[in-house]
Amino acid sequence: MNLSDIVFRNLLRRKAKALFVLAGLAIGVATVVALISFVEAMTNHINHKLEKYGANILIVPKTENLSLSYGGLSLGGVSFEMQEIRQRDLQKIDSIKNAANVAGIGPMVFGVVTVRGQKVLLAGVDFESTWILKPWWKIDGTLPGETGVILGAETAKVLDLKRGSSLQIKKKDFIVSGVLKPTGSQDDQLLFMTLGTAQSILNKEGLISMAEVAALCKDCPIDAMVKQISEAVPGARVMAIQQVVKGRMEALSQFKNFSYGVSLVVVLVGSLVVLATMMGSVRERTEEIGIFRAIGFRKSHVFKIVLLEAGFISAVAGILGYVAGFGVTKGVLQFFYESGGASILPSVNLAAGALGLAVLVGLASSIYPAFLAARMDPNQALSAM
Amino acid sequence: MSYVCAEHLVKTYGTGAAAVRAVHDVNFDIEAGEFVSIMGESGAGKSTLLSIMGAMNPPTSGRFVVNDIDVYKLGSEKRTDFRREFIGFVFQSFHLASYLTVLENVMLPLTTVPTSRKEKRSLAEAALAQVGLSGKEGRLPSQISGGEKERVAIARAIVNDPPVVLADEPTGNLDSKTSHEIMALLQRLNRAGTTILMVTHSRDCAGYAERSLMVTDGRLTEPDRDLLRVGNDLPFQPEPQDLCSDARYG
Ligand SMILES: Nc1ncnc2c1ncn2[C@@H]1O[C@H](COP(=O)(O)OP(=O)(O)O)[C@@H](O)[C@H]1O
Ligand SMILES: [Mg+2]
Repeated sequence: MNLSDIVFRNLLRRKAKALFVLAGLAIGVATVVALISFVEAMTNHINHKLEKYGANILIVPKTENLSLSYGGLSLGGVSFEMQEIRQRDLQKIDSIKNAANVAGIGPMVFGVVTVRGQKVLLAGVDFESTWILKPWWKIDGTLPGETGVILGAETAKVLDLKRGSSLQIKKKDFIVSGVLKPTGSQDDQLLFMTLGTAQSILNKEGLISMAEVAALCKDCPIDAMVKQISEAVPGARVMAIQQVVKGRMEALSQFKNFSYGVSLVVVLVGSLVVLATMMGSVRERTEEIGIFRAIGFRKSHVFKIVLLEAGFISAVAGILGYVAGFGVTKGVLQFFYESGGASILPSVNLAAGALGLAVLVGLASSIYPAFLAARMDPNQALSAM
Repeated sequence: MSYVCAEHLVKTYGTGAAAVRAVHDVNFDIEAGEFVSIMGESGAGKSTLLSIMGAMNPPTSGRFVVNDIDVYKLGSEKRTDFRREFIGFVFQSFHLASYLTVLENVMLPLTTVPTSRKEKRSLAEAALAQVGLSGKEGRLPSQISGGEKERVAIARAIVNDPPVVLADEPTGNLDSKTSHEIMALLQRLNRAGTTILMVTHSRDCAGYAERSLMVTDGRLTEPDRDLLRVGNDLPFQPEPQDLCSDARYG
């Protein structure tokens, strides 16, 4: 027989009350866990998309003519008199303040060439950076060497070329080393070759038409980086292309604030449930506490009994709340993102946090009832019986 | 000096017009091993006096000393420890915890004592054997008779072997046959060395005590000797000035 025996025997006796406290806390914890893990899943989902998005900064020449475009961006006039950026100027990006956040730079050169009697937009790219800049690319074939090209899906269809076909561009022979699977972007209508080859074919040695920059981090200061790059690369217009994702991030952060508010209210209600129930329980146990005090339980012992009881229920509520909150989020995410969109994994940190939150709220709400119980005058408690 | 010593005890409940003086300048002393009954009419102040002796009810003025310890000079938690070590209570209405078994109820006073479960258990079993309740350890209070509840209450009072047992109308809720059994039990305890102070309405019960204190309107008065069956002691005659004169202040 020790204090915890008394606690457990009492809990068993007052199952309904214990369950009430348990439910109050568990619902609160479950709500908090569900909201937090939902926000987390969404954030991960968006970040994941963000990374899949590839390039998020474009460097293009400053130009007044707006007609040929790539990715919604002007590449200068059709007149092929596009202004260009010197390729070596791109090296200056390595020395900007946030250089560490730059995951990849993809210089590109554009020009119109005639293939099989059709005008095609030729893009010279640095294939080594495509995996990070264009992660959605799926090539049916291999990356091209100096005499190879890759065709956009549309280009391949229009020109009636496939992997292994040969073709002539400006009297030079090339082999189709691969065909891009449809991307749904303008890449489908391009013809790609290595940057160097394209530069020499287009007589643009050392020049590039634009460059894509990938800043692949969650909280990159994109705007600051845009500014730094504009300063570093003369004659270039630098812009961020993240409007859609940014908008979603903003919506998410609003939802985050909303869920913090809801969590606070739910936890507050939970703690009031605990407070009211524990007060009632202490009042009901007046006689018992009177006996305890009379036969030599110190005030601190009585205090401990009440807090142990609250602490035990709270710990159970924390665990149940975590499991319930996790389950709800999992279910909701599965409902909204049927095939492998956003998802969550059990988190030890969140579980520990849920446990801690429940115990903290449970104990904090029981301090006053415990204090009242401890302060009870045994003589009055017993003579009132 | 005496083992238990009350000096000018006064207890007033409430203040102003509503003040009730429940105990009025009470003085007595009791030797270790005595069996004393406290008699008086309802409302005379017996329970108040007993609760003061039980270190549960600070007197408005006066001193109460046990074993040279000035009980009400102790801080609240120390006074609790004193209760645990020195006093066993037998309450009028048993005051058993309904959700604990007989054995667990008896073990209650040992809860905060740092000994092993096994030791606590065997102490409780010994106490139950002493009151003749062996074999009923696992029952709940609702599953035993009134007389048995009283025995459980006594077992709980003696489980940690306190030098003093205080009983407030221990037979108040029992029939006369059971009352006599309980009295015989208390007498046995007393013969084994426990000092017993017992409040009672019943002259029969008071007869088991070695002497009797009479309380009338909060004051000690001379008991009517004819009312006592066993009363070889002189009626208590307090001499206030001399009481507890050499008590150490604890
Ligand atoms: N806690 C209390 N508050 C106020 N008055 C009390 C309290 N306890 C007892 N009294 C009063 O003190 C007087 C003595 O009561 P009590 O000691 O219970 O007498 P007894 O046990 O002899 O019946 C009574 O008038 C009673 O109403
Ligand atoms: Mg009384």
